[in-house]
Amino acid sequence: MNSEKYKRFAFKKMNLRTKTLLIISLTALLLLAIVINSFFIDTSSITTNFPLRNMGPSLEHLFGTDWMGRDMFTRTMKGLGLSIQVGAFASIISTIIAVVLGLLSSMNKYIDLFVNWLIDLFSSIPHLLLIILISICLGGGAFGVIVGVGLTHWTSLARVLRAEIKQINTSEYVKLSKNLGKSKLWIARKHLLPLILTQIVIGTILIFPHAIMHEASVTFLGFGLSPHEPAIGVILSESMKYLATGSWWLAFFPGLSLLIIVLLFDLIGDNLQKILDPTNAHE
Amino acid sequence: MQEKLLEVSNISISFLQYSAGLRQSNLKVISDLTLDISSGEIVAVLGSSGSGKSLLAHSILGILPSNASLSGKMTYLGKDLNQKRKEKIRGDEIALIPQSVNYLDPLMKVSNQVIGECENEEDKKSKLLKQREIFEKYGLSKEVDDMYPFQLSGGMARRVLVSTALISNPKLVIADEPTPGLDEKSVEETLNHLRQMAQDNVGVLLITHDIDAALSVADKIAIFYAGYVIEIANVEDFSGNGENLIHPYTKALYNALPQTDFKLTTGHQPLHGELPPGCPYFERCDNPTEKCSNNLPILTEISDKKVRCYRANEFKNNNVAIKEESSDELHHTDEIGSFEELNYSEKLDYIEEKDSSKEAGV
Amino acid sequence: MKLQGENISFKYPSSKEYIIKDLNISLKSNEIKGIVGDSGCGKSTLCKILSGYNKSEGKITIDGIENNAKNKFNPIQLIFQHPELTMNPKWKMKDILFESWDVDSELIEEFGIQKSWLNRWPNELSGGELQRFSVLRALSPKTKFLICDEITTMLDAVTQVQIWDLVTKIAKDRNIGLLVVSHDKALVERICDDVIYFDEINQSNLKEL
Repeated sequence: MNSEKYKRFAFKKMNLRTKTLLIISLTALLLLAIVINSFFIDTSSITTNFPLRNMGPSLEHLFGTDWMGRDMFTRTMKGLGLSIQVGAFASIISTIIAVVLGLLSSMNKYIDLFVNWLIDLFSSIPHLLLIILISICLGGGAFGVIVGVGLTHWTSLARVLRAEIKQINTSEYVKLSKNLGKSKLWIARKHLLPLILTQIVIGTILIFPHAIMHEASVTFLGFGLSPHEPAIGVILSESMKYLATGSWWLAFFPGLSLLIIVLLFDLIGDNLQKILDPTNAHE
Repeated sequence: MQEKLLEVSNISISFLQYSAGLRQSNLKVISDLTLDISSGEIVAVLGSSGSGKSLLAHSILGILPSNASLSGKMTYLGKDLNQKRKEKIRGDEIALIPQSVNYLDPLMKVSNQVIGECENEEDKKSKLLKQREIFEKYGLSKEVDDMYPFQLSGGMARRVLVSTALISNPKLVIADEPTPGLDEKSVEETLNHLRQMAQDNVGVLLITHDIDAALSVADKIAIFYAGYVIEIANVEDFSGNGENLIHPYTKALYNALPQTDFKLTTGHQPLHGELPPGCPYFERCDNPTEKCSNNLPILTEISDKKVRCYRANEFKNNNVAIKEESSDELHHTDEIGSFEELNYSEKLDYIEEKDSSKEAGV
Repeated sequence: MKLQGENISFKYPSSKEYIIKDLNISLKSNEIKGIVGDSGCGKSTLCKILSGYNKSEGKITIDGIENNAKNKFNPIQLIFQHPELTMNPKWKMKDILFESWDVDSELIEEFGIQKSWLNRWPNELSGGELQRFSVLRALSPKTKFLICDEITTMLDAVTQVQIWDLVTKIAKDRNIGLLVVSHDKALVERICDDVIYFDEINQSNLKEL
């Protein structure tokens, strides 16, 4: 009886890691599909087509059409693709900054103080304000938004990495390494990096949703991507004008899609953490 | 009056782990462990650190992690000890003395921690009285009641932990590695607490890697090797040249003590998950039989001891003959390091000791 | 060669009391010296000071030249009580071993280290096996003095003998000065030519009296 019970138990547990991996790969696949799809979308359905304007959702036009007769589904897909790309670039920039600053802080006391000050400085200014500022300074457009979002989202990850590195640096194996005559750079590369890799990967993915949301909000406010680009922020801000006429689908579906994408990234991040975190590695 | 408190028979503990990618494998950490404790008795489980002996304590208390599986049978006072019963009697009839002060809540006054949860004011009052009584017994003054853990010295903290275990009048106390990191005085004090408990007719299970501690307080010592209990010996057997010890590993262990011979035995314990099909000590044994390589010996009773070795019967039937044989082997087999390999200062003493013991043996 | 610690004094920055005061100690090549003291008396701190892990007042010299081991291999190596803390959990055993020096395979075998262990992670081996690795790691050809801080306290008696047999043998072969620090008097007396008591060389208690 005992072994039977045990087998069932084992099967259930076996599934956890498999299930987690499945969720991660499916979600990643979906996101990738959206990005790739947005490159090859047939632009004929988003050219102006007045006879079809302001139509509600139907089988032919899943998300309805707008005031110029453009298919909202296609526009949303294109917008999401763009959002994910911007998010990807921005979070990569953020991660690089966070890792470099985190490792630098382990070099000596003064650099550490400086890094700490920088983290405090950047996290004390409201994100949105800073993104708008940087974005305008760089002339707006996709480049401005990417740099703006990238330069503002590294603080939380940098803080985590700095704490982690501080702790590793007090460990006996790092002290021993120094006693064996290894340089600080060598220790950073060989000892610290493998230990903080998990944090870096999870951190990057968890920056994604923030980056996407901020990109959309900056664009919505008119400081981000230029209006002729099919970004979600642009779609949402335009649809505001038509909401009063009852065209609810113009804002509802793109907004919902954006929310789903953000949640998907969160899902990947959480599940990755489950797999990579050593405390429940064998569950 | 002695009554059998806890009987553990043939329990095995294994862990389900991811071996490569998505594949999982079962890692056996404790195999076929049999042990019993009577009231007023101190039983020590002696094993090297990291050998998984603490899991025995966890399994008795029912606090194994979720990926562990337990098989075998445990009875407490003659009745089956299942998870439900464990949860009911742990902290009550069975108490744990944990390893270190870290088990105390740093933000809670000592007296409140010792009495634990109370049903009502009356209950609390009576428990506080009891706590005072126990503290008195262990020489903790009234000021200690209102202290926080960080204000306690190492020895005091140790006494608080002991008091915590005793507040519920347990019949069985499990002490998990109570001695490491303590100075000699505190070790002696801790061991005295254990002795005192045994005098009060409490059964004590001492889990330790410190053979000195085990020898000085325990009545019986269970030797843990590669997840198996290979011998349960009486403490008196650890004397002389260890001629009353049966299992070759127990002998090697005894003779390796700096107080005895400091004798070298080569080889290492097999790793978890790399256990041989036969006797776990087969590779290091100085005189294995053919049977030993493929068949696992079971723990058999010999007079009042238990041992897991096929040669144990020889010992029983022919006690003296074995003794002679083994003292001869000391000088011939390669398994045991020769004298020349030892580079220690007291070479001369060593030779003299060995010679005299050989003569005594013959 | 001669390692000398002169007038070593140590206190934690937050406290006024000295744990170690005006301590003098010397260790010659090829000498096996033992220090006996209770746990918590400051033995480990002394070990860390001598091997450069902790800073202190006073001087640590080798043949009269102050030992400064910044960015080079320290000829005074320390072996810790808990080997698992001195090993990066994300490194395999071979990386841990070869971080120090190119250990030849003969020596690995002599230490009773199985080839298969080299590809294991530190959490898969027991304390005794890990301690073999940390001893071997410390025995680089550049090591002139070796300080052993309770290195077998957590191990069983059989493994204890094995480790000390190896350490003393190699120390003799290589002319290494060995400092054995332990609370176990019987053990230290077994191994060492010369045994001193920590309380006798540490002046901090005497001053108070």
